[in-house]
Amino acid sequence: MSISKMTALTLGTMLLAFGQLTPERIAKASAEPQNWLTYSGNYAGHRFSPLKQINESNVGKLKVEWSYQVNSLQRFEGTPIVVDGVMYASEPPSNLTAIDVRTGRPIWKYRRSMPSDLRVCCGQVNRGVAVSGNLVFLGTLDAHLLALNAKTGAILWDVTVANYKDGYSLTGAPLIVKDKVITGMAGGEYGVRGFLDAYDVATGKRAWRFWTIPMPGEPGGQTWAGDSGKTGAAATWVTGSYDPDTNLVYWGTGNPGPDWNGDVRAGDNLYSDCILAIDADSGKLEWHFQFTPHDVHDWDSTAVPVLVNANVAGQPRKLVVFPNRNAFFYVLDRVTGQFITGKPYAKQTWAKGLDDSGRPVRVPATSPSVEGTQVWPSVSGASNWYSPSFSPETGFLYVAVRESGSQYFKGEAEYKAGEQFNGGGFRSIPGEQMWGAIRAFDPATGNVKWEYKLFTPPWSGVMSTAGNLVFGSTAEGQIFALSASTGKELWRFEAGGQARGNPISYAVDGKQFVAVTMGNALYVLSVAQ
Amino acid sequence: MLAWALLFHAQILVDVPTTAKNPHSSPADVELGRKIYGARCAGCHGPMGDGGKGTNLASPVLPRSPDDLTLWKVIRFGVPETEMPSHNLTNKEIWQIAAFVRTLGKLDTAPVTGDSQRGEAIAKGKGGCLGCHIVLGKGGELGPALTDIGLRRGPGYLRRKLTDPDRDSAGFLQVHLTTKEGTALSGIRMNEDTYSIQVRDRGNRLHSFWKADLKELRLEQKTLMPSYGQQLTAQEIDDVVAYLTQLRGIQ
Repeated sequence: MSISKMTALTLGTMLLAFGQLTPERIAKASAEPQNWLTYSGNYAGHRFSPLKQINESNVGKLKVEWSYQVNSLQRFEGTPIVVDGVMYASEPPSNLTAIDVRTGRPIWKYRRSMPSDLRVCCGQVNRGVAVSGNLVFLGTLDAHLLALNAKTGAILWDVTVANYKDGYSLTGAPLIVKDKVITGMAGGEYGVRGFLDAYDVATGKRAWRFWTIPMPGEPGGQTWAGDSGKTGAAATWVTGSYDPDTNLVYWGTGNPGPDWNGDVRAGDNLYSDCILAIDADSGKLEWHFQFTPHDVHDWDSTAVPVLVNANVAGQPRKLVVFPNRNAFFYVLDRVTGQFITGKPYAKQTWAKGLDDSGRPVRVPATSPSVEGTQVWPSVSGASNWYSPSFSPETGFLYVAVRESGSQYFKGEAEYKAGEQFNGGGFRSIPGEQMWGAIRAFDPATGNVKWEYKLFTPPWSGVMSTAGNLVFGSTAEGQIFALSASTGKELWRFEAGGQARGNPISYAVDGKQFVAVTMGNALYVLSVAQ
Repeated sequence: MLAWALLFHAQILVDVPTTAKNPHSSPADVELGRKIYGARCAGCHGPMGDGGKGTNLASPVLPRSPDDLTLWKVIRFGVPETEMPSHNLTNKEIWQIAAFVRTLGKLDTAPVTGDSQRGEAIAKGKGGCLGCHIVLGKGGELGPALTDIGLRRGPGYLRRKLTDPDRDSAGFLQVHLTTKEGTALSGIRMNEDTYSIQVRDRGNRLHSFWKADLKELRLEQKTLMPSYGQQLTAQEIDDVVAYLTQLRGIQ
């Protein structure tokens, strides 16, 4: 097939697609496994591909089909979206490229210059985009939300979500729910006040905002001493999930500020380190569950909530499962927010366990101190922002787990707008041999089904497929495929750059591909037919 | 283009000092710098500058900041394409942070009391240092080169390393391994990942193994570096420290 003919075919497919990516299609994403329509592949946060052309019998023959390199040394953490033959790949710092998936060639590019006084604590990253109708939505580090024409990259609207000079930024992928585009924000190390926003897809007009920190007098406002909530952070920097049946958006919140000195913010500090269930239409809080009340270790609960239906004590339940950065695995009822069960899933030394309501029973003297306090898990947690995966075929939840601790230090905390507001610091434990693993869990109990050991703690997520595979990657630079039912390694590839992303899968012309960012490149893999 | 022009303009609007030497480095300035550092820098660089996510600042020489003004600019404007951000503080506050950061490199600077000429004789003679370490092109290759060790490590660290070498042995660890076929090997670990390990043996030969082909792999927390606490007198150790401290690279 000639290139020109392929391009014509691609464009033909694109013409068919434009204007047709309705929210109804996203809600039924598993019906079109050739596409990857939303950050986690579906609304339930499963990061599961129903494709099975690549499977246990042939994954050993997986090869690189094409690669795409970014012109930045910042970490490449984006999950691409694939709609009908076009990939929308976000790049650091806040760039976006539309790529023809047949050839790997760019169709259009959006490049945004960043102001010199940008404040981002942890790297100039972008973790993905959302698509609805003929629009692609991109959050930027200077805290704007953009709607771009999916065919040309032209900007249709550009709204200022917050003032970047105060430490706000947008790093996560937006989420489309019906006629709204929902975005979180980052900036939890800058004493900002967190929120979750919804904007009208067509106009960019803000439909609602939920502040993640209640003010004095509001419900939960009493969980902050004095007016300490004003700089209490609770950012929302990882994309949430959505259940069309409950019409609730499930979204995690980050650490309270200042991170490591809790003296100035006595109380539980709602809604930091929570999962929030928010009505998608009104933006009203339906329920919340706080994993780490009065957190002093920077254990953001910003991860993808995984929505699973399973039997608990013989009864079918609608669950939300959350392997938390604090090293506990939580199972909640996603209709009511009721705590069902929870237990450690990695080494931890800060809590004796969880009480009947799911609240941690703390071990004394585990708070940061001037001389340093050694605690597991580390400041980066037992897992972090990167994605877990749930396979409805095996019924297992797959998580990339980090096994390490930190020394936590308490320091002075003085707020100054736009500057870091940390109140301490951390360092690694001298001589500790950190490690990691991919673990498969029973999502209803947190029981481990199998483990695949990694030499160092991972910084990248996993994806499972109907080919009975789990794809993952290492912080040392390899991509691998495991048997989803046993954890046996079936294939691996030396990619030569630290993994910092989440895999996806899609198909074109009947051929399945797996795509994952490694180092400063995107690798697209397939099996020769 | 407009954005780039504005960016350029914004940099010009900042009143960048022209003095190369820190004008705010009195003990009172250092104390204020310590407080600002604790709030703004310790999160990444560690409370004592000895590194976390950020660079180790507890070093007598900072590679990106050979002079005070460069250090000022690094703090004010950040380091492009790294995680070091810009800091919108007053010029004086930045000088005060810089003054405190300069003290971090001196924290374990116990005074250098030894005689470097005597130290050189010990290092090249009965100490046997050059059996395993290269200095200015001469010496063994088993251990790390020492040609610029005075730039990278303070005297306190060097003294500890001579008397208690296992205390901070990251980097030059010994491994002992046996393949499934029964071949045994010991050496310095050059790289290790989930799947493979690369080892340099005492004869300076490189070996590479897939971990799947190994029957046993054992990491030793002790380094090959012997302790000189018994072999040398306190005065002799001071002399060697004085010698190492003035090794500052190929001039």
